[in-house]
Amino acid sequence: MFQDRLLKKGLLASVMASAFVVSAFSSSAVAEDKKEVKLGVVTFLSGGAAGPFGIPARNAAELLIDAINKGQLPGAYSSVGLAGAQIAPIFVDENSKQKVADYKKLVQKDEVDAVIGYISSGSCKAIAPVAEEEKKLTVFFDCGTSQVFEDIITSPKYVFRTSAHATMDNVAAARYVVDTVKDVSTYSGINQNYAFGQDSWRDFSGSMKVLKESAKSVSEQFPKVFAGQYGAEISALLTKKPDIVHSSFWGGDMEALVIQGGGRQLFSRSKVVLTGGETGIERLGSQIPDGTIIGARGPNGPLAEDSALNDWFVKAYVDRFKSLPTYPSYHMAQAILGVKSAADKANSTDQAATIEAFKGLEFEVPSGKISMNLAGGHQATQGTAFGTYKFDKASGKGTLVNIKRYNAACVNPPEGMKSLEWIESGFKGAVCK
Amino acid sequence: MMNLDRTEKLLLAGIPILILLGFVLPEWVVNYIQVSLGTGLVALAVMIQMRAGLVSFGQGLYFCIGGYAAGMAGKFMGVSDIFILLIIGMLVSLFMAFIAGFLLRRYREIFFAMLSLALSMILYGLLSKLEVLGSTDGFNIPSPTYLGWAPEGDTAKHALYIATCIPALLCAALLNRYLRSPMGFIGEALRENEIRLEYLGTSAHRAVHIKYMIAATVSGLGGVLWALALGHVDPEMTNWTTSGQFVFISILSGVGNIVAPLFGTFILEIVRVYAVEASPNTWQMILGVIMLLTIIFLPKGLWSLIQRKKASAEETTQK
Repeated sequence: MFQDRLLKKGLLASVMASAFVVSAFSSSAVAEDKKEVKLGVVTFLSGGAAGPFGIPARNAAELLIDAINKGQLPGAYSSVGLAGAQIAPIFVDENSKQKVADYKKLVQKDEVDAVIGYISSGSCKAIAPVAEEEKKLTVFFDCGTSQVFEDIITSPKYVFRTSAHATMDNVAAARYVVDTVKDVSTYSGINQNYAFGQDSWRDFSGSMKVLKESAKSVSEQFPKVFAGQYGAEISALLTKKPDIVHSSFWGGDMEALVIQGGGRQLFSRSKVVLTGGETGIERLGSQIPDGTIIGARGPNGPLAEDSALNDWFVKAYVDRFKSLPTYPSYHMAQAILGVKSAADKANSTDQAATIEAFKGLEFEVPSGKISMNLAGGHQATQGTAFGTYKFDKASGKGTLVNIKRYNAACVNPPEGMKSLEWIESGFKGAVCK
Repeated sequence: MMNLDRTEKLLLAGIPILILLGFVLPEWVVNYIQVSLGTGLVALAVMIQMRAGLVSFGQGLYFCIGGYAAGMAGKFMGVSDIFILLIIGMLVSLFMAFIAGFLLRRYREIFFAMLSLALSMILYGLLSKLEVLGSTDGFNIPSPTYLGWAPEGDTAKHALYIATCIPALLCAALLNRYLRSPMGFIGEALRENEIRLEYLGTSAHRAVHIKYMIAATVSGLGGVLWALALGHVDPEMTNWTTSGQFVFISILSGVGNIVAPLFGTFILEIVRVYAVEASPNTWQMILGVIMLLTIIFLPKGLWSLIQRKKASAEETTQK
């Protein structure tokens, strides 16, 4: 008897609890306001990737959303809001074990009109099918894996990506090496042992095989990500004396490699290619040896061509955050401007109309022009650039010289072809100007 | 009847209630319940080891093995039937635990914790190096089928939710039964006085080994259920941060009752969601403060709130 009574009590309590949960959640659903568009913005706000990627991206989002709401952007973007509607951002931390559940919450409870986000390729892989299922316009702004539209969702309806995938960086790096360095007979790589590092090396070494058949790879180093100490790997590279050392290190690891490798003459024995070296220019200055080949994951930062939009972006960003925008900031700006272009073109914030306008769209961003021309108009391509580092003693600032630009069709696979196949086929269909 | 105790009755009654809630509550809440059941099972596994004085700081190992085993069965062998996936996940975990158990059963306290942590990080390093399995990005798992039935859309969501609730709660009920059995009580004895336990004629090593295997199997089950809910697995599942979270949940919810970790996982998840909503940049601080307050004021975990009420209710009825 006693047990039964407790059981009943338990049941009653759980029913009451659930009733409370239901009422709490249903009351939070606010009536939709046509003058306002809710935008979910997901980036790393905590954890190891927050400093170098997440926070610069969030800063750019805040900057652009404010400017759009006030109509302060230059040129073609001077109109107020998204087709007249004000943007209300909801920021969410990507550093979560329950990314998919968090995404569903954003769509269903917060009732966002679109989601812009995701830096980690793992997140993009997990979110892509869910976004299609939830039928919500979702723009990936930074994640690099080419698998999103090549393997996971081959005919996307709701998912877009406004940055080119990571293949571009390494194909362009190989092209730059072949174009600017004489007599390359050996090359090697030092990349972090995780998905991005492995993919980067695969694309770079694959491209080298095609572009310079006579050269061969002599050493592949894969230290742990965030290791911080690269003594053993640098020794291995020094003894092999390769002509080229490729590295996709980023953030603190990249800076550590520059400082440790610089001290041990790695940079004078071999030509070092840093595909993500741009973030170090401001911080390291003269510590980066002259002659280092530097990329910025797209024509971002010092590799961007002069334009009114870029001038505005850099100035507004520096004024507000007291530091230069790095490539995650550029990528975020690209995504927001993409959504604005699409909504303005459709002259509506209606999802179906915006998506229709977004497909195959071409739009201007601080780093140049973006064309949504892969994966049925859902995946962006863009030209890119590489440069060689030169420290200017007079001004005390690092600059990039001998900048070479590669048009989009030269460094991106054509529609319907997977990145790796494209590289192995000898860049079939590539058009280089 | 089967002589069900209160907790078992609650768990069995909970199955239809949870399933019903799946149709009533908004889908995103249901989604959090579903993932919480998966991770809750692992917290449960940590908790039953804690009862024997063993703190596993690497329970993510079996969480990950379960998820990857099911994922690889789907990816390489084309298996999509949920029952087969669950069995594969549990069997692989059980087998790995059987082998690792020979080593771990010899250690206690901090040594057990560190060794279990080390094993889980070995798997983490290994998976991060394997490009075939997507390295740190992991890979996606297709939707499961049910004995040849392949539902789509909302039906698929409800089916998977129901298929998560039933094994999770049944497993909890079975664990409760196990803890009440002589084998289960050996755990408590193990914590209190191992030498005396041996004098009573039981092998402490064997008891730890069995407990470890049971915990691994339950974690493997949790891993499969969680991975199916997410549709994706990555090595983060066996990273120490994930394992640490499981320990934290068991401490926070208390080891007093089998329902506590399941419930505690969900509560923490919801608190986290609202903390992120309230303050996206400093949500960890809110969570940390809540955890601190819980430890200071409820040293026996959240479950002690319920137990305290029960105790006072019993007192009044006795009077």
